[in-house]
Amino acid sequence: METILFIAHTEIDGTLAKSALDALSAATATSASLAAGLVVGLIGENTQSAANQIALCGASKFLAVNGADFSQARYASDAAASEALAKAAGATIIIAPATSRANRALPGVAQRLGGRADTHAAGLGVTDGKLSVTRWYYRQRMEAVVQRTTRPWIILVEAGSQPTWLGAAGTAVVETVAVVLPDSSKRTTVTGIRSPAADAQTIRPDADLLFVTGAGWTKKQADGQTHVKEAEEIIVGFLKKTRASLGSSKSLVDLGGEGEAVLPFLTHLNQVGQTGATPRHPKGLSTCCHGEEPHTVGWRFINERRAISLDPNCGWARGKADVLYVADAFAVMKKVNEMA
Amino acid sequence: MSIAYQIIVCGSIVPDPLQTLEPASSPTGPALKNEMMLPAVLDPWASHALYEAANLAKTTPGSKVWLVSLGPKAKLQQVMMSVAQKVPFELVALDGPSGGFTEASDVAAALAEAILAIPGLDRSRMLVFGGWESASRGAGATMQMLGERLGIVDQFQGVDELKVQSDGALEILERIEGGRHQVSRCAGAPALLGWATGNLPEPKNNPQVGMANMRLMMPALQKAKAVKLAGEGLAFASVSLPRQMRQTRIVKDQSADAIAREIVEWIKK
Repeated sequence: METILFIAHTEIDGTLAKSALDALSAATATSASLAAGLVVGLIGENTQSAANQIALCGASKFLAVNGADFSQARYASDAAASEALAKAAGATIIIAPATSRANRALPGVAQRLGGRADTHAAGLGVTDGKLSVTRWYYRQRMEAVVQRTTRPWIILVEAGSQPTWLGAAGTAVVETVAVVLPDSSKRTTVTGIRSPAADAQTIRPDADLLFVTGAGWTKKQADGQTHVKEAEEIIVGFLKKTRASLGSSKSLVDLGGEGEAVLPFLTHLNQVGQTGATPRHPKGLSTCCHGEEPHTVGWRFINERRAISLDPNCGWARGKADVLYVADAFAVMKKVNEMA
Repeated sequence: MSIAYQIIVCGSIVPDPLQTLEPASSPTGPALKNEMMLPAVLDPWASHALYEAANLAKTTPGSKVWLVSLGPKAKLQQVMMSVAQKVPFELVALDGPSGGFTEASDVAAALAEAILAIPGLDRSRMLVFGGWESASRGAGATMQMLGERLGIVDQFQGVDELKVQSDGALEILERIEGGRHQVSRCAGAPALLGWATGNLPEPKNNPQVGMANMRLMMPALQKAKAVKLAGEGLAFASVSLPRQMRQTRIVKDQSADAIAREIVEWIKK
């Protein structure tokens, strides 16, 4: 019989993030479908609040690695803690949220345990008693259903791909798993988090709308001149009014490296597509981007898609957007800002 | 304090992003239709890792860069003709499949074996670089597994910046949720870094660099060890293209006012 271990790291306030509750939902559903035992494993400075938050999830046991050494997102300590939890639980299947922290550490844990890892899982299903994981290949251009016989099998579940676990809180009895870190595992220290100023933060994962800017914003316009300053005002104005999340095509981000005019608030972190992010938002609006495959693969999880482009034959017109407005994005977005 | 690093970049080849891909069956499992015919490039994130490695080597005298690459020998040769023009490195080639449906753990094992066989390898000066994910398998798992096999527990993923401090420590910026970076300080090599885009532009072609690289590249390709990736315990129940073709409504000859009004209504809906 399989034993499922749900692993999560606590947030700074000691609770579990939404992405962890999404993965917990997948773990409880898989546990029920496989008639497998469910164990919760938590990692953090103090995990009691998080355990209480999910006390009624149906787990038979709550394990935790606690302590200051485990508060920071560091590979060596996270891997050691996860390895200890897996061994204590006797886990054959480990389900965790695909956070940056878990993505960094858990594949290495699979190696330590002689297991395998699948990241970016977008779906889990059970057919004839066999667990299957759905994930994307070739940057969201192909979808495959994977099955494995090797155990333990670590599955990292993408945030937003599963319903969020909404059970009530309670009081959990937490069993501490002792992990002593050697000095060799403390060579790295997390010294801080660097984030843009609050009003300059343009990446908003919870936004309803993804607003993507393409290279056209910095190209010569009908009057033969570039209008980068104007573009900046329009884009920033739109983001302020709508609280949309800002994405960009790679070509626009790369212009800086090529010495061309750039929009100063764009970085590689805004990049969506083949070598960028694949965010999840209900709606997406593309502007001044030609919608070719390397860009649009980043739109795989955008439900409603609209685009503004001067080219009626651009990629968006070929079944990649729901609506293509053949128009000047400068003129349209100025009006949108007036009306929004 | 200046350390002469041994920087080992791991990177394979992937189909050119502009190519249309279709799945196909092969005797060894899923593959791409006409896989060997598709134009290939060095994996984009691995490319960034290579450029960052070369930049670090340039600024830390005595450092050297190796590129360890697993792929079909003929395709590797084609791709390396252009990669060799960019930055100085020595190629360690492995002749085997580079497709996305291979097992990360198997690839890590092959890479680790090749790295450990590099003559004169000094692990105390070793920095292992690679892309944080590939554009094929996209597992984001291979580097961590490789690090474990090499005994490296200072690992970083989604790296956008590495700065060597005056005391030899490494300051590393990793991407985390919400468009932020986590800043870490690592005591020094050995360390493993899975790069995101970094901050460097693609270097311009340099024929002199190309000539120097090619002197060692052809022998490396000739003696590329054949690698089989077993994929034990892994089965693909299906591989398919997403069916997301939309019926695009094309709106032409409308005023900016009318389009803006429609967009605002849609956003607010």
